[in-house]
Amino acid sequence: MQHFPCPFCGVRDETEFHFVVEAGKPRPEPAKDVSDDQWATYLHLGKAHRGKAKEIWLHQTCGLYFLMNRNTVTREIISSEYLPEAEE
Amino acid sequence: MQEYSALSLFKNAFTSHKKWQPAWRKATPKKVYDAIIIGGGGHGLATGYYLAKNHGIKNVAVLERGWIGGGNTGRNTTVIRSNYFYPESVALYDLALRLYEGLSKELNYNVMLSQRGMLIGAHTPMQMEICQRIANAMQLNGVDGELMGAEEARERVPLYNSNEDARYELMGGIWQGRAGVARHDAVAWGYARAASDMGVDIVEGCEVYDIIMKNGRITGVETNLGSIQTENIGIAAAGATPSLTQMVGVDLPIHTYALQAFVSEPVKPCLDTVILALGTGTYVSQSDKGELVFGGGLDRVPTHGQKGNLPVQEEVISGLLEMFPAFGQLKLLRQWGGVVDVVPDSSPVIGPVGPDGLFINCGWGTGGFKAIPAGGWLLAHLLATGEHHEISRPFDLCRFAEGRLIDEAAGSGIAH
Repeated sequence: MQHFPCPFCGVRDETEFHFVVEAGKPRPEPAKDVSDDQWATYLHLGKAHRGKAKEIWLHQTCGLYFLMNRNTVTREIISSEYLPEAEE
Repeated sequence: MQEYSALSLFKNAFTSHKKWQPAWRKATPKKVYDAIIIGGGGHGLATGYYLAKNHGIKNVAVLERGWIGGGNTGRNTTVIRSNYFYPESVALYDLALRLYEGLSKELNYNVMLSQRGMLIGAHTPMQMEICQRIANAMQLNGVDGELMGAEEARERVPLYNSNEDARYELMGGIWQGRAGVARHDAVAWGYARAASDMGVDIVEGCEVYDIIMKNGRITGVETNLGSIQTENIGIAAAGATPSLTQMVGVDLPIHTYALQAFVSEPVKPCLDTVILALGTGTYVSQSDKGELVFGGGLDRVPTHGQKGNLPVQEEVISGLLEMFPAFGQLKLLRQWGGVVDVVPDSSPVIGPVGPDGLFINCGWGTGGFKAIPAGGWLLAHLLATGEHHEISRPFDLCRFAEGRLIDEAAGSGIAH
């Protein structure tokens, strides 16, 4: 069993977590200016990083979305942190 | 190419089987090729074979980072079937199945195709309704598929748990009689041997570091064995595909997950079909050696590491034991994992991407082995003509921007 660190709850079993999305994909806006290609890129396309990856994960038991840095080959966890506050 | 037959076996017995030739040439890369295929698994080798056979393009190299058939081709559970929902998928997977049916003869290599039939088992009335829907869809698409009732299903799989307290009682399901299993290594080796015989270079231990393009056109690749020029590249590298297309700035709708498989110790014949239970998500068949080969769902942590995690092992094995309590006596012999390329709509991505001359065949997720002949056939068509084959056109990458997904996870409930 692999363990992941939730920034709020601490270290928990991997079964409590859910991968959400690769980090660093801002939603294109405003909607009326977004082309089909841009939207498909935002919605579906990604890097599937081999090695170091920065991802958004959900800790399902406490409901926190957070950032996790990890290595997708060795499964090493590098760090986890709260998501930055949204800009007004 | 040395012909394999009963007679050649007999003849070689006189020389104590010491005069057999290697099945394929160990090639070193030339400077220039008409086409290069990156990835020496089943799909890549089949592409090389069909390029030579269907299109007469023989100045071709298949570059493999490790050894051929050492990735997902050598790690899967060998099930072949075409019980899908949408017409596009059935056309694709049934092309593969039809090619598999003639493959041993065509390649003069026994791929041990055993069409023992496959049952997708339901355990609730709702699942039976879904099974009916899929069976109807299969019949409309012209593929053999039928709804099987509880009694016949239990007769087909007598060891399945039919006690009164069984958690996943078998109510019947979808039966496809032409489905079955094949020897996975033999598929890779058979294609390699036949392709090599027609002049295709199979280069093992050759890793692509960079894909070179000029003025929007592919011009070659940089590898650990030096530069190679070509104007056409086909990528058939499963989970490694996104890293390769990113060399030319193309992102793909792919997530990579580990998929595990397991084999038990060998026992005498006790299961003569393939069975997948919708309730447990576990599927199992018995190999010619007598081992029970089984697997289940994906690990939920995206990874490029070829090993599985414990929570999914527990789920798959407990699923197997709910279905077949008798198998609890067996020892687990081996367990392993492969990296599969999963696409949001659980259908492959086939077609041109990025610069002119670059084509991909990926996104098969957990179901790539069954599609090997079709994947090779269609990628070869793309490389040779630059145009889609009618069957591959719906699977182009543009379906994501056009919102024209072929969602087999929703259609046939197959979550790869």
